[in-house]
Amino acid sequence: MARHVVATLDEIAPGTCKIVTVAGREIGIFNVASQFYGLINRCPHGGAPLCRGRIHGRMEAAAPGQYRLTRPGEMLRCPWHGWEFDIRTGQSWCDPDNVRVRSYAVSVEPGETLAKGPFVADTVSVTVDQHYIVVDL
Amino acid sequence: MTSMVVERAPEASIETKLGFVDCDIHPYMKAPGELDPFLSARWREHRRTIGSRGRQGLAYTAAYPRMSPANGMRLDGWPPGGGVPGSDLAFMREQLLDQFGVTGGIMLPLLGRASDERNVEFGVAMARAVNDWMAHCWSDPEPRLRGSIQVTAEDPAAAIAEIEHRAGDRRFAQVQLPPRGLEPLGRRRYWPIFEAAAANGFPVALHLGGSSGHASTGSGWPSFYHEEHPSYVQSMEALVTSLVIEGVFEHVPTLKVVLVEGGFAWLPALTWRLDKHWERLRAEVPHVKRPPSEYIHEHIWVTTQPIEEPERPQDLMHTFEWIGWDQVMFSTDYPHWDQDDPRFAIKVNLPADKKRMLFRDNARALYGFA
Amino acid sequence: MTSPAAGAIDCDVHAALPGTHVLLPYLDDYWREHVVMRGLDHDNLNTSNYPPGAPISGRPDWRPAKGDPGSDLGLLRKQALDGFGTRFAILNVIHGAQIMFSEDLSAALCRAINDWIAAEWLDRDPRLRASIVVPIHSPELAAQEIERKAEDRRFVQVLMLAMAEMPLGRRANWPIYRAAQRHDLPIGIHAGSAYRHPPTSIGWPSYLLEDYVAQSAGFATTLSSLVAEGVFVEFPSLRVVLLESGVTWLPAYLWRLNKTWRGIRAEVPWLDRAPADYIREHVRLTIQPFDQPPEQRQLERIIEQIGSDEMLLFSTDYPHWHFDGTDAIPDGMPAHLMRKLLVDNPLKTYSRLSKEPVR
Ligand code: FES
Repeated sequence: MARHVVATLDEIAPGTCKIVTVAGREIGIFNVASQFYGLINRCPHGGAPLCRGRIHGRMEAAAPGQYRLTRPGEMLRCPWHGWEFDIRTGQSWCDPDNVRVRSYAVSVEPGETLAKGPFVADTVSVTVDQHYIVVDL
Repeated sequence: MTSMVVERAPEASIETKLGFVDCDIHPYMKAPGELDPFLSARWREHRRTIGSRGRQGLAYTAAYPRMSPANGMRLDGWPPGGGVPGSDLAFMREQLLDQFGVTGGIMLPLLGRASDERNVEFGVAMARAVNDWMAHCWSDPEPRLRGSIQVTAEDPAAAIAEIEHRAGDRRFAQVQLPPRGLEPLGRRRYWPIFEAAAANGFPVALHLGGSSGHASTGSGWPSFYHEEHPSYVQSMEALVTSLVIEGVFEHVPTLKVVLVEGGFAWLPALTWRLDKHWERLRAEVPHVKRPPSEYIHEHIWVTTQPIEEPERPQDLMHTFEWIGWDQVMFSTDYPHWDQDDPRFAIKVNLPADKKRMLFRDNARALYGFA
Repeated sequence: MTSPAAGAIDCDVHAALPGTHVLLPYLDDYWREHVVMRGLDHDNLNTSNYPPGAPISGRPDWRPAKGDPGSDLGLLRKQALDGFGTRFAILNVIHGAQIMFSEDLSAALCRAINDWIAAEWLDRDPRLRASIVVPIHSPELAAQEIERKAEDRRFVQVLMLAMAEMPLGRRANWPIYRAAQRHDLPIGIHAGSAYRHPPTSIGWPSYLLEDYVAQSAGFATTLSSLVAEGVFVEFPSLRVVLLESGVTWLPAYLWRLNKTWRGIRAEVPWLDRAPADYIREHVRLTIQPFDQPPEQRQLERIIEQIGSDEMLLFSTDYPHWHFDGTDAIPDGMPAHLMRKLLVDNPLKTYSRLSKEPVR
């Protein structure tokens, strides 16, 4: 397992996603209320570039007509057939136990720590005064 | 800095070497004025002032708004250079034609609304304009693409003239009618259109949609797109029933009909039901001389999208068998939200010969692609 | 086709009125005068769904010498009950009363039909049960009629039609479901259209055969409505029985509906399970007509695909003509399903059948 530095902390604002390539794999890095999550950019349903889907809240209803929006910004809707996935877990809304997107551990590390190595940084240059997004893969 | 969005590299897969023929592609216009060069001054003016008028409450929006913008486009289908999905040939090549090694593509334009137009003369003008636009803006620069001739079902004489005008033009593959018309398409008033299509060697494609003005269910208007979307299947069932039982195939024995964007898994059960009750009520329809299943097998082709996804994926194989492998053709429905990716849509392993039939040979045979 | 074992429960049998005049004693003064004034007592308010002379409306050997098929109690007892060794049969009256434009006339006629069937059919044979006939386009009056008849436990369900004025799931119809659930009455939805709309979304077909074939599509869109509107969420113990719907269309329909839900469920967020789950839990289908495939192997596949051994209910659809002799069970029906569909499933669906009827 290697630690891949994929972005600086300020590159991915809350509520957005950056798609990066790590070891030949496209991974979407999501900032959900300053927590970071990584999902593979391929929908488990039909192969869509999933991370280009829309980020939104969870649409629920306790009963017909009783609409409510919960967990704002935590769901990702596939750009094709609209299956919804929980960004925090990769679980699908429609079949959480069986259908999920491959997810990756993402952390934020200060440049100081990273400098001690080892890490891989193909596209980002690491300096000690910044914070970085790191994917373990 | 890495860009925010990285394009996914195309995958090598068997489909790319297969010579895939896509039986349902939707070209769109970048701007509404794109048809103007193909309209007379009178109809250009009409388009700007009155515009098209269908049989529904919302003038420019689908009666059941889709769940993604621009009437249900795939979100990653927006061309980088602007315009709606499907409006940019270069981007269509990148996302569809080149990526999947498409050797032939059938365009079914869902614009102009020629056939739903309540002002029939305007409908006739729009049909001609859309056909010219397809030929000049799409087939000429990209000969892999062939068009579906738009006609006005409510003016059979004009429809026939349009079909004859396009006869022998390789840029056109078939005639397109919307299944939801003023009357069921099997009724006699539409027979001259079927005759003309068959006489000129064109299959007739029935692509779901159209605003007939009739409720989309026998119980009236549903509330949700969640009901409207699957109800296209029931429209297709009604359509097959109408064509067979009203006697269209007895009357035009060389007619070939292609059902587009209705899925297909419903067809076997409909066939069984038709055979069963035809047996009981056949005295009412003496013109239907053989069991309905025979007409269906001889005259009707289905395209796959939106592909059914059985709870046990293997069941799809039975469905294909029950319909007949030679009647099924793969279609993507690019660039709609519910389009199917040829690399992923079929969740079972097809034997190589069957794969060739579905992705290439059936369509080649039907449309005469080289 | 094979015959059912004796003791089966026949969930779809049709009793017909010999004529609207039989209702006169069951109408109150006002409505009796009204019906006579308009000459309706010389009519039978047949619906366009079943022309009495059509082959599908009456099997040749099940037609009475006089009157519409299903109108002769003696014949029905001999043929539908004795003929199959039936333990219970549920009578479903299909009549214009259900679909009159005037809600009040519709309700008055339905009340009379329910009282007539209780007095002249149910009282005369302990094997008979019936559905409550209601003015299907007047949810309020329909709910009142359910309340009025529910205490007679020989009425075991509420009868609706597959194609009505508005999709059956619409909230306006919910008073009917609320009353039905309260009294543990399933909603029976029978083939037939009120013809408020063309029976297909593509317009008016030419032939009765087309209308009849279109019924299964009508059932499909009706189910889509019940699911999408959240009827099974709002009424968690409601059961729905599709009567004379055909059966083999169901699996492909379920696949498509599940697919739709996965993508656009956000429009109807109260559904927290796939549509097929709701349907398998709440919906039952009678087996005539079955619309069976030509090969037994195909039928076995369809049964597997239905994916539940609780959904099918035995029916003859007497006196409609779908089979000959007593061969009411399609070939290839697996043995383990037989007892379930003949007895267990009907008893579970119609809990009123298990209890001693109280009038
Ligand atoms: S490809 Fe993502 S939902 Fe189908």
